[in-house]
Amino acid sequence: MNTNVLEKFPQNDRSALIPLLQEIQENYGYLPEEVLQQAADHVGMPLCTVYGVATFYNQFRLIPLGENVIRVCRGTACHVKSSANILFALETALNIKAGQTTRDKLFSLEVVSCIGACSIAPVISVNDEYFGRLAVKDIDKIVKKYSARKVSVSTANENQES
Amino acid sequence: MIELTINNIKVKAEEGMTILEAAKTVGISVPTLCHLKDLNPTGACRICVVEVEGFKNLIPSCAYPVSEGMVVDTNSNRVRRSRKTIVELLVENHPQDCLICVRNKNCELQDLSERYSVREHRFAGESKNHAIDISSASLERDPAKCILCGRCVRICNEVQKVGAIDFVNRGFSSIVTTPYNKGLNVSDCILCGQCIIVCPTAALREKSSLKIVTNTLASKTKYAVVQIAPAVRASLGEEYNMPAGTDVTGKLVSGLRRLGFKKVFDTNFAADLTIMEEATELIHRVQKNENLPLFTSCCPGWVKYAEGKHPEILDNISTCKSPHEMEGAVLKSYYARKMGLKPEDIFVVSIMPCTVKKYESARSELSKDSIPDVDAVITTRELVRLFNMAGVDFTDLPDDEFDNPLGESTGAAAIFGTSGGVMEAALRSAVFLITGKNSDNIEYTEIRGNRDIKESTLKIGDLELNVAVVNGIGNVETMIKKINSGEKKYHFIEVMACPGGCINGGGQPIHQKTENVIKRVKALYEIDRLATSRRSHENEAVKTIYKEYFEEPGSHLAHEILHTEYFDRSR
Repeated sequence: MNTNVLEKFPQNDRSALIPLLQEIQENYGYLPEEVLQQAADHVGMPLCTVYGVATFYNQFRLIPLGENVIRVCRGTACHVKSSANILFALETALNIKAGQTTRDKLFSLEVVSCIGACSIAPVISVNDEYFGRLAVKDIDKIVKKYSARKVSVSTANENQES
Repeated sequence: MIELTINNIKVKAEEGMTILEAAKTVGISVPTLCHLKDLNPTGACRICVVEVEGFKNLIPSCAYPVSEGMVVDTNSNRVRRSRKTIVELLVENHPQDCLICVRNKNCELQDLSERYSVREHRFAGESKNHAIDISSASLERDPAKCILCGRCVRICNEVQKVGAIDFVNRGFSSIVTTPYNKGLNVSDCILCGQCIIVCPTAALREKSSLKIVTNTLASKTKYAVVQIAPAVRASLGEEYNMPAGTDVTGKLVSGLRRLGFKKVFDTNFAADLTIMEEATELIHRVQKNENLPLFTSCCPGWVKYAEGKHPEILDNISTCKSPHEMEGAVLKSYYARKMGLKPEDIFVVSIMPCTVKKYESARSELSKDSIPDVDAVITTRELVRLFNMAGVDFTDLPDDEFDNPLGESTGAAAIFGTSGGVMEAALRSAVFLITGKNSDNIEYTEIRGNRDIKESTLKIGDLELNVAVVNGIGNVETMIKKINSGEKKYHFIEVMACPGGCINGGGQPIHQKTENVIKRVKALYEIDRLATSRRSHENEAVKTIYKEYFEEPGSHLAHEILHTEYFDRSR
């Protein structure tokens, strides 16, 4: 299917790179390594340059997103309301840094500039749900709420296997 | 012509010149870091800023063209303060380990810190902490020492067109690295080392082989011998403040004897041997009209490039080992038998202007019964360290002669070190091997010089040989396109990965002066001009080795010992 993606863009045209990467991410949810190589060959640039572009822009992901995506707002209003502490609490609870995905692929943690919900700062979103007026003590509860689902699924699988 | 004033000096400059270039014409030096001569300016480092009347901000002189009536100050207080701040910020985010750094006293960051009198740590903050990449056999990459000037990136992408490294991430986490931060050994890198030559710090450096060499020299059981590449003799003097282009062959030989090498041989001997094998191969292929054009195989950087990117032309690359590998192979076969030595006891050290040769010597096909043809390769720069360590005062050394028989060479071998040299040497002998007579012409000037691709046509009897010389791996794609287009049938093509050939190799002394390279090339042509014999087939030692051992060029035994094979290593 990815050949179709490539075919939409002219060959050996450097300016097609970013739209091409966006299209690939649209299709795969992230930029897989072998597809990035094909993209590099298609636009006629070395892989390292393409990789450089992909790592420069926040919009591109090189690993698939976790099942749940937590976005922490670090906009001005949230910053004033100590969103740094919220981020730190999440990083500690999930044992990952912003921009990473947990090893069990359950959570991805992202930092965004403004969610547009300044009135309920500090705010985070998990998938399509928003949590406002947060305090550090609320974080564990939220993380637990979303990890619970996956645990039940995985134990169900394990039971089937045994 | 444009008239402007720089530091109250009236300067006449050509249109399109940058302020930096104009200042240089009147002896005003402006510091630079990201600037690379002959490439488009990036203006990234801001160390070259100057004050221009009528401008509110400081102007990067490397990227700003001169204009009529411009008044420039390159040395105002504001300029100096601004440059110093840049240096301070760079220094603060750089490991403070100059005392144990390989580039100590030859580091542009150190020089700038000295020049702007940085005497205190004004900015204490987080500093980069990246792992060193020691995966490749030739190069080490230490991103913690990188100041992100981008010169290596540009030489790799714009000049060599290999594209192994680039800027990755952004802001404080910016780093120059390979895709996915993998080791250089699994990247597209051909290990040419041109990035080392342009690196202002020790972020890129060769992998040192000094330990094994010094240990072997101290060993009682090993018979340590050494060989010197043609390009080393024309550049080593620079490290001892001799004028660029001084031929230091004699001192080199006596210096190496003092280090304890049992014998000192010349790679030039093997260069002559290479010509005999390669010219014979060329003639066979032309007669049979197969696998043409023939590509030279002296440059392991080119071989690695072809194996990675053009596996379809591997049959066209000469099967000859590169000269220093031939020398090693002959030492461990013919010479060992002649002298009653065991091949495994001989330890061959090659002194090369090259970093790829380190990788090449580790290739398993370049060994016999698990004994490598060449045991260790050290660069010109490492040799200086070896001399210093041993207390050899190079400038005062007497001149000495190479050991025989593997130390005898002709002028044709000396020019192997420069772009076009292998081709010229091959043509000199090809004429003889085909017609049985030497041609009147001995200097093929149309394939000399610093152009990207050099072409010539040689008439031998009714045979017309179309030859080409590719000067720098960055031009090889153009050449391959030309061949594939079929507009002209080529017979023989020389490729050297480094621009200018081995003389400008990645293992050579580090400086940022192109004029030095030109002088080194002149020195090699001078050695050739003054040589008593200038044609490889006239090398008496080579004649003897064919009589006593190989029988004739291209014989079965010659193939076993002097030739190799290549593998598709594309991904």
